[in-house]
Amino acid sequence: MLVGDIETTLTPEEVAYARKQLGREPNALEWSMIDAEWSEHCSYKSSKPIIAQLPTTSPRVLLGPGYDSGVIDIGDGYILTLHIESHNHPSAIEPYGGAATGIGGVVRDILCMGTTPIALMDALKFGDITKSDHSKWIMKNVVRGIADYGNCIGVPTVAGEIEFDECFERNCLVDVACLGLGRKDRLLLAEATCPGDSIFLIGGSTGRDGIHGVTFASRTLAADTEQERSAVQIPDPFTKKLIIEATLEAAETGIVRGCKDLGGGGLTTGLSEIADKGATGVEIYLEEIPIREPDMSPIEIMISESQERMLLVIKQGQEGVLQDIMQKYGVAWARIGQVNSTGMITVTRFAKPLAYLPTSFVANAPIIQRETRSPQTPKNDFESPMPRDLEKVVLDLLGSPTIASKEWVFSQYDHEVGIRTVAKPGQADAAVLSLPNGKLAAIKVDGNALLGYLDPYLGGASVLAECCRNVVAVGAEPVAMLDHCQFGDPNDPEIFWAFSMAVKGMAEFAKALSLPCVGGKVSFYNQDGVTGKAIKSSPVVAVLGLVERPEHVTKMAFRDEETVIVVGTTKRELGGSEYYHSMGVSGLSPPALDFELEKRTQVGVLDCIRGGYVTACHDCAKGGLVVALAEMAIASAKGASLDLRSVAADAMRDDELLFSESNSRFILTTDKPDRLLKKLAEHGIPAAIAGTVEGSELSLTLREHRLRWDLASTRDAYLNSLQRILEPWQK
Amino acid sequence: MKVAVVQFPGSNCDRDTVHVLKNSLKLDAKLIWHNEFNEAYDAVVLPGGFSFGDHLRAGIIAAHSPATKAVRKMAAEGKPVLGICNGFQILIEAGLLPGALLRNTTLKFVCKWTNLQVEANNTAFTCAIEKGSKVRMPIAHNEGRYFADDEQLDRLETAGRIVMKYVDENPTGTSRGIAAISNEDGNVVGMMPHPERASDPALGGVDGMKIFESMLEWTKC
Repeated sequence: MLVGDIETTLTPEEVAYARKQLGREPNALEWSMIDAEWSEHCSYKSSKPIIAQLPTTSPRVLLGPGYDSGVIDIGDGYILTLHIESHNHPSAIEPYGGAATGIGGVVRDILCMGTTPIALMDALKFGDITKSDHSKWIMKNVVRGIADYGNCIGVPTVAGEIEFDECFERNCLVDVACLGLGRKDRLLLAEATCPGDSIFLIGGSTGRDGIHGVTFASRTLAADTEQERSAVQIPDPFTKKLIIEATLEAAETGIVRGCKDLGGGGLTTGLSEIADKGATGVEIYLEEIPIREPDMSPIEIMISESQERMLLVIKQGQEGVLQDIMQKYGVAWARIGQVNSTGMITVTRFAKPLAYLPTSFVANAPIIQRETRSPQTPKNDFESPMPRDLEKVVLDLLGSPTIASKEWVFSQYDHEVGIRTVAKPGQADAAVLSLPNGKLAAIKVDGNALLGYLDPYLGGASVLAECCRNVVAVGAEPVAMLDHCQFGDPNDPEIFWAFSMAVKGMAEFAKALSLPCVGGKVSFYNQDGVTGKAIKSSPVVAVLGLVERPEHVTKMAFRDEETVIVVGTTKRELGGSEYYHSMGVSGLSPPALDFELEKRTQVGVLDCIRGGYVTACHDCAKGGLVVALAEMAIASAKGASLDLRSVAADAMRDDELLFSESNSRFILTTDKPDRLLKKLAEHGIPAAIAGTVEGSELSLTLREHRLRWDLASTRDAYLNSLQRILEPWQK
Repeated sequence: MKVAVVQFPGSNCDRDTVHVLKNSLKLDAKLIWHNEFNEAYDAVVLPGGFSFGDHLRAGIIAAHSPATKAVRKMAAEGKPVLGICNGFQILIEAGLLPGALLRNTTLKFVCKWTNLQVEANNTAFTCAIEKGSKVRMPIAHNEGRYFADDEQLDRLETAGRIVMKYVDENPTGTSRGIAAISNEDGNVVGMMPHPERASDPALGGVDGMKIFESMLEWTKC
């Protein structure tokens, strides 16, 4: 609403609450600061009570949600930090800069804990690129934005996932996650705890880019989005690289008391949060802040989201040390304020006070309750016709954008820099990175909008289950997760219901697995202002696992003459499957998730991997059994002859068996089939031998079909499809 | 032997290279900030990355920095000088190696493992490898398409200065599949593939070690 002459996203209740709390009328600068910090994007004002359902603790968790990154203790004095961000609205308008600055933001979240960013992941969702040139343009530029930024700062992009659905045509989703590595005794917090300390702003100058970025992210995209480009920040990865080096060097000297990245909400958010967390106050000298344009108003300076800026709280008397380090790297710096004990955020310009607000008041928006309502669901399920040519259907599915190899994307990312990427993109279900204490980190992001749409509760739980299976498949034990919830306008009770159910699904499954959630993000308003259509519910999760020993690392490629074993039971559950999606329908019955069976299966498979019984492992998910088997054959350039009649399954048609996306399934290969089956049986997991790796074709025997594909055609469909769609002129 | 790995603002393979030299080869290797670098080392490696953000053109600002003057002196003294990826771009821009590195023909950054053939082993970085042998190393760059005119290429071929060529596939469209070249004396080598990323079996191969082992061998003779 309009307050004075300031256009804000505050509701009349919030305006009344602010006036009552302060006991006076805030001025224009103060209203702008309150507006930025109380935006949905910064304050989580309506999502907080919902996400509180997620479990957040375990013996390994040093810090959970509420900080810039979650912190996991991996022993031997080392910590891993983990965070996820999205840059959906900016990327929908300016995909290159939007995606690049998304990386910039999440890297700062890792950096400000005093840890080195060692890996990036991205979960992307675009419209149907087989039909829409706009979505092709968005995708190409998002990928190039991530590549140019991540490659330049020298952080490998090691894992990700991409989904395509027409609901993302005007609202693409760009989620980026970052993993950091550091020493426990050097952990920094975003807290200003000691009055007298100096507050430094380092890095880029403050400009007019990114003004109102958070309030822009807290409403739906308008019809004429071209006008909103100024709310998208400008990426500068070279400056970021220098900031990374300079910040880590400063942290190493022990002069840094606290560190905070400047992202959404700019200086307002950064300053109020460090003072609120540190139970102190801050005074800021606006005239000291380097600005890009001379006539910037105090409001613009306080809410600008210009990139490549960090706040450092430097111990009193150590300012000179910081200045020398910044000098070495050529990073600009300014001492912009001081920590005090007033409990207030004071903004001054040449000693004239401009704003004076309690930090706890600014940093803690009033919680709002939103209405929820479950939607009406249709009654009649879809009955698919039996396809005439199953072999062709499989090839088409292998080449469909969501399933096809993402090599076109990940070959543009430097996934090797840092020399720790042991399992690289395309080789295994999750990326595996070596760590200095001899252990390895396994990391993966997953999403499934088709399931989220059918059943948000099951969708939330299943996405997390799949992501955990991916991490288990490489030989790791899941130790922490991040959630990222992306929905339409939360004022719509059905959308808020879907959000609540998705979080509930994730939370209940996380509890069943004793998996702590160490951070997350909520992104609402992913809705098209023109058509009024919201995206399908799109929870995204990231799971971090630890591999205890290098010999446990397991990839997915077949090996000659080994036995192929299918773990789990395939049920007739085709709702939300890629098979149905390829026919343009979603169906009604998504795969069920038996929490107890899923947990038992993951624990059992990990036990078998650690026992040395498994030579290759692959999770069976999108596209079903046939896609998982084909992916293993393609990864190894080896064929297999398999009989799926012995695999544990409900009675169903051959196509349904191939494409059902039932949970709790893996495909394993082994050179010790008897011992592996015995071990799986001990864990109470259904498993059966399907055949052996041999020859140069993939052949499947089903109840009513014998299907064969030569490897060349499966490889061509799977590996070259994205390039054919995006760059038909190449090769 | 004392090896310097020069760290320019924007270098990002600097620590990886030092790690391999120091921990895998047990050499006295140091990371030297570009302003503090001088010619008092036995060998120098210009690592990969985006020196000075690749502003203006990849490698050109570093090529005109004081650090490169010291590199030039070391090259003239016959000491081993290796440019990897962005380091190769710097050596080309400095005129220490001929030709140009253009944008890849795919017009995209390419990160992948490549098959290479060693074409010359009279250089400081291939002398421990048999001529004609196949090696595997990854590339990761946007501007690595080696280009020179036919006359120049013929001269390089005749003089045995083409050090490595891509085989099976030319991933970036370089002239005659060139992946690495040397100066006339063989002590200065520029290569687009990353040997430091192929120096650990867990990471996919150890052929890169031979590049650094050659450097040791070369200084012994």
